[in-house]
Amino acid sequence: MLRLEKRPSPSRFWQGATPVLAVVLTMIAGGLMFAALGKNPFEAIRTIFWDPLFHPQFADYSRPQLLVKAGPLILIAIGLSLGFRAGIWNIGAEGQYIMGALFGAGVGLAFYPADLWFIFPLMVIAGAFGGWIWAMIPAILRTKFNTNEILVSLLMVYIAQNFLSSMSLGLLRNPEGGGFPGSRNLSQYPAASNPELIAGTGMHWGVIAAFMAVIAAYILLQRHILGFHIKLAGQAPRAARYAGVNPTGLVLLCMGISGALAGLAGLFEVSGPAGQISIDFNVGYGFTAIIVAFLGRLNPIGILLAGLLMALTYIGGELAQFMLGLPAAAIQAFQGMLLFFLLAVDLLSNYRIRPALKKEAI
Amino acid sequence: MFGGIDPALLISALMVASVPIILAAIGELIVERAGVLNLGVEGMMIMGAVCGFIVSVQSGSAVMGFVGGAIGGAAMAFIFGVLTQFLLANQVASGLALTLFGLGLSSLMGQSFVGIRPPATGAVPFGPLADIPFFGRVLFSHDWVVYASIASVAAAWWVLKATRTGLILRAVGESHDAAHALGYKVRRIRMLAILFGGAMAGLGGAYISMVRVPQWTDGITSGAGWIALAIVVFAAWRPWRALVGAYLFGGISVLQLNLQAAGARIPVEYLSMSPYLITILVLVIMSSGKGKAALNAPASLGQNFHASR
Repeated sequence: MLRLEKRPSPSRFWQGATPVLAVVLTMIAGGLMFAALGKNPFEAIRTIFWDPLFHPQFADYSRPQLLVKAGPLILIAIGLSLGFRAGIWNIGAEGQYIMGALFGAGVGLAFYPADLWFIFPLMVIAGAFGGWIWAMIPAILRTKFNTNEILVSLLMVYIAQNFLSSMSLGLLRNPEGGGFPGSRNLSQYPAASNPELIAGTGMHWGVIAAFMAVIAAYILLQRHILGFHIKLAGQAPRAARYAGVNPTGLVLLCMGISGALAGLAGLFEVSGPAGQISIDFNVGYGFTAIIVAFLGRLNPIGILLAGLLMALTYIGGELAQFMLGLPAAAIQAFQGMLLFFLLAVDLLSNYRIRPALKKEAI
Repeated sequence: MFGGIDPALLISALMVASVPIILAAIGELIVERAGVLNLGVEGMMIMGAVCGFIVSVQSGSAVMGFVGGAIGGAAMAFIFGVLTQFLLANQVASGLALTLFGLGLSSLMGQSFVGIRPPATGAVPFGPLADIPFFGRVLFSHDWVVYASIASVAAAWWVLKATRTGLILRAVGESHDAAHALGYKVRRIRMLAILFGGAMAGLGGAYISMVRVPQWTDGITSGAGWIALAIVVFAAWRPWRALVGAYLFGGISVLQLNLQAAGARIPVEYLSMSPYLITILVLVIMSSGKGKAALNAPASLGQNFHASR
């Protein structure tokens, strides 16, 4: 039998190696799943991870998509990672994403068809505000009434989704849309659109915001006292209290930042790639970002890489759907599997595996 | 506004509507009393829903469907158990992983079963009892799962309160170190509790896809697992209060459906968000003030156990 021995501090080697190991294990398990679905596993894995970047025919289309998909994932995951580090679990980013999009698009549509320079900046502010206010609800309920923020933030997603369908069928519906649900197309309204900035790269304002968030989070965690407080509160809550960390302030701050970033991601998506508010413009980035945050080990640089990898699975998944007829849900299961393996191999960075000395009571 | 709604029908409908929540909440309550926080209820429920549906359609038997649902939920719980009990992974993150994975896998498994009707789960024949005015409709007109769900509440209450098993379970949940020192196998006991919780969530999910809806669509549980988790907090980890909470929730969801059907002036979207709003409101009331629910939480809830010696 084997026994586990707790390491005095997490192994640096394994902290870097476990995400890679988890990806490899997921490819193996995913390959088995694809084989069970009657597809050639090697072809499926190649289609997901290799073809989007290097396929002679499709790569020109799919390469720019990498940044389009990675942008919102990274932006949301950076926000979530701050809270996760401090032991504050905002898992309702999907709802904050929807509300950011609704607030931002609402502001933009209110000015239609004016052509003023400040409309888009105002939408950005409104988007961040929408996500922030939606995250403040669980945050304030937690700090004032001691309510579990995990449950409340998640339940708020369902409320946001209903609100979204109400808005796209009602207030924000395109008056010239012939009665179809969905708003005016923001990407065709220049003053409110978030266009591709450099042709053929997929780079839009949301991607730039994501890169800025990565840098800001890196500086915050490495160089700022606030980042130290966040880490301290997560690793040693009692020590944090003695060190004078204000737990209420920390909850409000972490939830607020993650909400605002998720709201921003929603706004950039709705004014750019998605184009319009519709009942199902959200595709679950808020949930996938949880996987991204963990895959990146809650580290800003790691999240940047994890976001790109996860974006690859989205694009590769679409490609595999198109080329191999792999169901869309298979990719979702594949992404979920990745989180399982990550959590499982994390054992290696916190514990040493040793042979048992003698028969022991477990 | 309420004129067209028959109270007997409303009560009997709310009893049916709350069955999935009761089953999942009782399972999770036992898991949490053993000191484990499994946030993957939604994932286990939806896997139970799809497994139950597939098995019942293939076998033509509703009972086999429920067995399949329970096994599906327990299989998901097994993954969670291995991760948290043997690989010492973070319980919150593992639970979320279970939900994300379950939503994907269930829609993968269910895609060739869309649009099929499952075999019916018939009402228990009570004979003349069902003809009693009002009470016949409310009490004696349901399928066996409704009665089983209430029996499970009573059983959970009895086991926790009056049996040795319950005492050991609570000891493990309150202080795993003390229980370990006394010689109880903490990991084994928690693993069994987790499997039980998964099977119950699976049953609840199977009830949604086989009786309540009854057909298969993606994301069919639509947050029922999360509401079950909230009900456990609402119940302050006590079985009978979980029943009250689930009936409250069931009542609201049935009422809002009736209002939708009656063409109330409130838009449909706002009616469908009401159960979630009420759940949050109830959580707030229960978590604050004098009767703080958190005071009743098992002391080792969410903490991983690692025997250093």
